[in-house]
This record gives sequence, structure tokens and C-alpha cells, in this order.
Amino acid sequence: MSNSMLEVKNIYKSFGENQVLKGVNFSVDKGDVIAVLGSSGSGKTTLLKCISFLEPANKGEITFDDFHKDITKVTKKEIRQLRMKMGFVFQSFNLFRNMTALENVEEGLIRARKVPAVEAEKIAFEMLDKVGMTERAYHYPDLLSGGQQQRVAIARALAINPEVILFDEPTSALDPELTGEVLEVMRQLAYDGSTMVVVTHEMEFARKVADWVVFMADGVVVEEGKPEEFFTSPKNERTIQFLRKTQSDG
Amino acid sequence: MSSRVFNILVTAFPQIGLAAIKLTIPLTVLSFIFGCSIALFLALVQVANIKGLKQFARFYIWIFRGTPLIVQLFIIFFGLPSLGIIIPAFPSAIIAFSMNLGAYTAEIFRSAIMAVSKGQWEAASMIGLTYPQTMARVIMPQAFRIAFPPLFNSLIGLTKDTSLASCITIVELFTKAQQISASVFEPFALYCEAAVFYLIICTVLTWVQSRLEKKMVWDKPKAVRAARQ
Repeated sequence: MSNSMLEVKNIYKSFGENQVLKGVNFSVDKGDVIAVLGSSGSGKTTLLKCISFLEPANKGEITFDDFHKDITKVTKKEIRQLRMKMGFVFQSFNLFRNMTALENVEEGLIRARKVPAVEAEKIAFEMLDKVGMTERAYHYPDLLSGGQQQRVAIARALAINPEVILFDEPTSALDPELTGEVLEVMRQLAYDGSTMVVVTHEMEFARKVADWVVFMADGVVVEEGKPEEFFTSPKNERTIQFLRKTQSDG
Repeated sequence: MSSRVFNILVTAFPQIGLAAIKLTIPLTVLSFIFGCSIALFLALVQVANIKGLKQFARFYIWIFRGTPLIVQLFIIFFGLPSLGIIIPAFPSAIIAFSMNLGAYTAEIFRSAIMAVSKGQWEAASMIGLTYPQTMARVIMPQAFRIAFPPLFNSLIGLTKDTSLASCITIVELFTKAQQISASVFEPFALYCEAAVFYLIICTVLTWVQSRLEKKMVWDKPKAVRAARQ
């Protein structure tokens, strides 16, 4: 048995007739940066949403540290406790529009963790500093560019000090010239030893920053491996096709 | 305009104004407050999908949107006494207006809550906020902003609807104009004067709406908080 920090086994999920996940196994070790690749519709985002319970899986098991259970039988209270260990960065940022950058970062600390306001503010400023957004602390999301919003969203995810941060295509909604600043922040987090799962289309990031690459197609993991092996000598036919296509695109 | 009519209008002005201040405005304000409370309750139980209460809310809205306000007013004031329930005119009007407004405004609130993007819910749940916290801190502040223009529409509509209270013996703005017109026989001038009063109230409300709307936009950096010690 592996001693991974977070592991899901045999995950199934369908939306109506459409079966999106068909028995996915996935595990994360502490300190890992895992890139999840695959073309649209391969189920990568759904996998992330099932792990974080934003979408209920139809079948499977979840293990997180010493918690182990059938993923369909996890109670609401347990979901809340598990989420306390996870940070989630959304494709569309999802900053609270009625709160400033600072308030966005503080909110979880004050309301969910019951951290005193003064301390929460201090932590929030530290997190904003990490993503280079202290100067915009009192700005509302509508006043920020997409890249800035995503950096604040990363600070918000970091603030609750999660064991693992799940990134759902964090740069896909950004203008090309804004992806760099977000990827740079993520690279720094990886360098600092954060555990990260990154669903992405950024091949460069997967190649250079990830410790492990997982490739999904049609709701299953088709191939996985260290990035140097994955990119230079892919074994599966689907992987080869995918890599050829993305390389010709970019 | 003859000086006789002019004098009538001038004399009537404070009388109609007093009726507006003593009855039309209190009727509007109280009905709006109660109506919005009813609406909020009806909207929240629907969004939260609470069994039983949700069906009750749909039933309530069906009844009060499906029947004319004046009929509701008559049932409460003229109809209920035959069942032994006697409610004086002013509270009757408040009850009818509030319950009617509640049905319409519930739909405004409900659609505003639904209009807040699903991502806001997801983000709130991922940082550990509970359902009530998410509602109070994230969803309602945004929903309120979305609901605000149609909410003011309701308020302006209600202001004018209070003239129906004249049918149940309440001497509000319109009834007052009616009474004076009957005694001096100048219906055109006096009903126009009543119309002007409604127009003034609604103009003020429109002005207030645009002022408040400008304040509710999150488009300027927040003033730096007083340094916490």
C-alpha cells in the first residue's frame, strides 16, 4: 500500500447518460506537484470536483491522511472537515464580488476558522504579499484584471493553510499575456514545497514544474509518469496523439 | 385658469398633502417593510428547498399573484367580518398590500438569488463557510444589488396602489381629493392635483433609487480601514 496523503480509488461519475469518469485512481503524496493533462471532455475538471465534493461522485473511495471512506457515504460534516485541508483555485476565479481582495482572503479565516480579526488580517496580508497583491488589498474584484483576480484567489486558497491545493485550469480564462504572472506565483508555491494538483493545458508548466504528470482520456487515466519520461517517450497511442496535437498548436 | 379654481387648488393642497403624509406614506412604508419580510421568507425557503415550506410558498404566490389586489382588499375588509373576523380599515389595507407585495417581491428575491453565479457558492463552501454564512455574507449582498431596481419598481407601484385603500373607507390622498372635488365640483382640477402628488412622491423615490444604486456598485477601492491596534 502506498502512504499517499490523498488518494481516490475507482471513481465513477456521470451526468445523466453521460459517463464522465469511469473508474479513476489518483493519489497525491505530500509535497508533490501533479499536472493533470487531457483534452476537453476527458474528465479532468470533474475529477477535481469529485475530490473536493463540489460534484458528488457516484462510486469510489477516498483516503485523506487517516480518513478513509466510501466517497458516496461521506457526511456533510466530514466534507467540511476534509475541505479544511483543501484549497481550490477555480478557472473563473470566483472571488466574492462584494468583498475587497483583503476581505476575500480573510473571510475563511474569520468565519470558518474563527481566527480573531486582527490576526486574520495579518495572515491575509502575508498571503497577498506572497502573490504580489498587497497594493490592491482594498480593491474589489471588478477593479482587478483576470490575472490579479486569480492571484488573489490563490492567496485566498493559501490563507486557510491547506494540505493540498487543487487548481482547476487556473489560466484558461485569462488573456494570454496574463497567464505568466499566475504561473509564476504557482511556480513559486511549488518551489516552496506546497502540495498541488493542477489541471492544466499549460504544457510548459507541466514539463518544468510538475513532479508527476497524469494524462486522462475518456474518463480514465491513460498514462502517468515523470514529466521527462512522459513528454519524451510517451507509451500510449492517445498520449502520443495528444502531445503531437498540442505541440503543433503551440 | 380661473381664480376660483386656483383658490380651490391652493386650499386643497395642504389637505391633500396632510392625507398623503398621514395615510398614503405610512401605508406604503409599512406595507413595503412587511411585504419585503414576507418575500424574503418565501424566497429563502424556496432556494433552500425546504420540504413543505417550499410548496407553501408556491401556493401562496399562486393565490396572491392570481387574484386582483382590490378583490383581496375586499375579502379582508368586507368579507372576513361575516366569518366573525373584524379588522379595522387601516390594518386591513396593510395586510392586503403586504401580502400582495410579498408574492411579487418573493419572485424578485428568488430570481436575484439564482442570478448570483454558482461559482460564488462553490468558492464559499471550499473556504469552509456554512450555508447560512454563505447566504448572509456572500449571496444576499450580491442578490440584493441585483434585486434593487425591480424592488424599487415594486415600491413605486405600491405607492400608487395605496389609492385602492379609498375603496375601504380610508381617507388617503386620493380619497381626500375625491371628497373635496365632490363638495366644490371641480373633478378635473382636483384629480390632476392628486396625480401631481403621486408624481412628486414617485419622483423622489426615483431620485433616491439612483442615488442608492450608485453607492452599491463595488467599483472604487474601499477606504482603508482605521488602523486596528
